[in-house]
Amino acid sequence: MKKFTKEHEWVNLEGSEAAIGITGYAAKELGDITFVELPEVDDDATIGEVLTVVESVKAATDVFSPVAGTITAANEELEDNPQLINESPEDRGWICKVNGVDEAQLADLMSEADYKAYIASL
Amino acid sequence: MEDLKVTPLHDKHVTLGAKMVPFGGWDMPVQYSDGILAEHHHTRKNVSIFDTCHMGEFIVKGPNVAEALDKAFPRAVASQKNGVARYNFLLSDKGTVMDDLLIYRMDDEEFMLVVNAGTIDSDAARIKELLPNTIEFIDKSNETGKIDLQGPMAAKIMTKLGFDLAELPKGYKWIRTTVKGIPTLLSRTGYTGELGFEFYTDADKIGELWDHLLSFPEVKPAGLGARDTLRLEVGYPLYGHEMDEDTTPVEAGFSPIMKLENRQGFIAEQILKDPAKVTKVLTSIVLEGRRAARHGDKVVLEDGTEIGTITSGMFSPLLAKAVVLSYVQPEHKLEVGDKTFLKVGKKILPGIVVAPPFYKEGTVRMKIC
Repeated sequence: MKKFTKEHEWVNLEGSEAAIGITGYAAKELGDITFVELPEVDDDATIGEVLTVVESVKAATDVFSPVAGTITAANEELEDNPQLINESPEDRGWICKVNGVDEAQLADLMSEADYKAYIASL
Repeated sequence: MEDLKVTPLHDKHVTLGAKMVPFGGWDMPVQYSDGILAEHHHTRKNVSIFDTCHMGEFIVKGPNVAEALDKAFPRAVASQKNGVARYNFLLSDKGTVMDDLLIYRMDDEEFMLVVNAGTIDSDAARIKELLPNTIEFIDKSNETGKIDLQGPMAAKIMTKLGFDLAELPKGYKWIRTTVKGIPTLLSRTGYTGELGFEFYTDADKIGELWDHLLSFPEVKPAGLGARDTLRLEVGYPLYGHEMDEDTTPVEAGFSPIMKLENRQGFIAEQILKDPAKVTKVLTSIVLEGRRAARHGDKVVLEDGTEIGTITSGMFSPLLAKAVVLSYVQPEHKLEVGDKTFLKVGKKILPGIVVAPPFYKEGTVRMKIC
């Protein structure tokens, strides 16, 4: 199940593992991404806390965790090729994976359709 | 709220899909659809054009204008020959920088001053104050269009425009010519560290010139975002960052070109010649990783004690690491090769002091014929 936040993160939950990234809209707003501070595997992810920092040519942005659980993977490809987020923000540009997530955490997040409507209104 | 000014090329940027942003009172393209990094790389490998119409151009002329300018600016002007452009500094009475500019000698008694867009009005007021009223001052900014052509392929483009490489001006020189029939002042100058030229025409002809330049497949448009990343990568200062009204051109590292020891009777002479007035040291630092330290972040000792401030910082596309220009307190002066630290938020990032430019493969001084 794929859901979206108002802060332009996406969460793709499969079973109890959630892949997380930023949306194409966010990537486009940021411009060319030059650095991603990958979270540490085995660290906790806490809702509302900074999960990662994404830097573009012009600025740095905090990405907040939309879910709670344990980080099981970080996309190492982003270390040398952070522009992968610009190329494929919602697929190959995933940032990290969090385990122990249950569906209830996603209840208040937007569906893809709702998110599309949301960004159209911005 | 006052409307933003637009250059004669504004609508072309919009049609090209540029992201437009306010800059110094102007609505300018920060990037086109390929993005800042692509524009940066294209300029270093190929050739780009930049809309620089927003900059200001003043003509000052009259009897003994060279001597008057020579007193009003820290770097010599009287010795400048016709056909030459020199980088110089507009100063306050305290010797601090109100703007950096290029001064072109047009004729024995005529000069053109090219200034930053955001300071056109304050520069005009200050220059008039510094010159006797026997000197005529004409603000040509609104009638003048300007485009920068920058990149190693710039010479190829000049050939395609019909120029013989041998007739092109050499570094910091300029000529009057026509480009596709358009009367143009052409100088070999620029702000990217690459081979390039600046084209000055009447404002109502600059659009035609833009179209001609863009008609070549090698040429792509580049915006203010890339203009900033390109200049910083070769260590060029930006007014408002490395120079401002709290900084002298001596502190900004320009003593070698001003050669003040050979000069007398110029503005703020006592201050600029006094070593005790140097309160900070311009320091170039390369960080170990991609994460950038930026304008306002601090240079620190390993324990976090502040020893300086960053004036410009970014991820360098060609080095694939972050780079920083900064001012460090003289008592903590660093030497090339020294390890140092930058404080970014709560993080302390290691770096090494280098001699600028960061990127050393720039083609700006390339011999073209």
